[in-house]
Amino acid sequence: MERVSIDEERCKSCGLCISICPVKILIISDRLNARGFRPAQCTDQDKCTSCGSCALICPDIAIELHREVKV
Amino acid sequence: MAEQMKVIYERPRSWANKVTHYCPGCTHGVAHRLVAELVDEMGLVDKTIGVWPVGCAVLGYDYFNFDSVEAAHGRAPAMATGIKVTNPDNFVFTYQGDGDLASIGMAEIVHAAARGWPITVIFINNGNYGMTGGQMAPTTLLGQKTTTSPLGRTPQANGFPIRVAEMLAQLDGPAYIARVSLDSPVNIRKAKSAMRKAFNAQVRGIGFSLVECLSTCPTNWKLTPVESMERVRKEVMPYFPLGEFKVVEGVL
Repeated sequence: MERVSIDEERCKSCGLCISICPVKILIISDRLNARGFRPAQCTDQDKCTSCGSCALICPDIAIELHREVKV
Repeated sequence: MAEQMKVIYERPRSWANKVTHYCPGCTHGVAHRLVAELVDEMGLVDKTIGVWPVGCAVLGYDYFNFDSVEAAHGRAPAMATGIKVTNPDNFVFTYQGDGDLASIGMAEIVHAAARGWPITVIFINNGNYGMTGGQMAPTTLLGQKTTTSPLGRTPQANGFPIRVAEMLAQLDGPAYIARVSLDSPVNIRKAKSAMRKAFNAQVRGIGFSLVECLSTCPTNWKLTPVESMERVRKEVMPYFPLGEFKVVEGVL
């Protein structure tokens, strides 16, 4: 499972997550979703530190975050 | 050693999993999410009644898995008071914008606060009437250009912006009054903690609570969502300082 999962159909391409990401791994992709927005996408899942900032600022609740832990 | 996926963030269960009608970058979505998260965390989903305003949030009832009603313009606090009086075991909150609460609904909010009935108000302050196209609201800043103040708001013609949180904090009725901002992750965390106190003030039966959220309106401010957040920090926060203006004993 991905660390950063972005629901592309919810994303409205506002760019707030991109402006806030401390490790700069989010970009606007070049494809369109069904509503005509270019959704955000994660370029490097392994760099994600799971800080949660993108999920906190996302106004469309499009981002869900997970992290693998050893059990 | 096996690896397991731990949840850092997932959508709240009381969120109805729909795509909202809000413009890209509008902080209404953030405020909605905080409400949904708190309703989940405090276990209130079965007894919550939301009262929705007229304004951008008019369709808010569609987005949650709890019961909702729609109030006439500005009359949400009066309606919420009625619901709370007849259903004292339910959790009743209103969600209002600045055109709704501070303009046409000013009498209702002041008297609801003065009565001090335990209802919670989430007040979204974005400085204009977003839904109808960006007209001047009571919270529009001096000099701010809107469709009805094209040369900028002036005190001679339009009066001064109203600081609702400070004004209501003068009354004896409210238990908890705070102003928060939704412009950055740190302020969103603080906003959630203020909303939790406001929800608690009602759950514990202490009294009226209101949280004013400084929000953005990228479409009508004619800025990008990121520039709008910047404007909140640079122009709005100096006039509308953040903080808790009234906390009576027992609110936590």
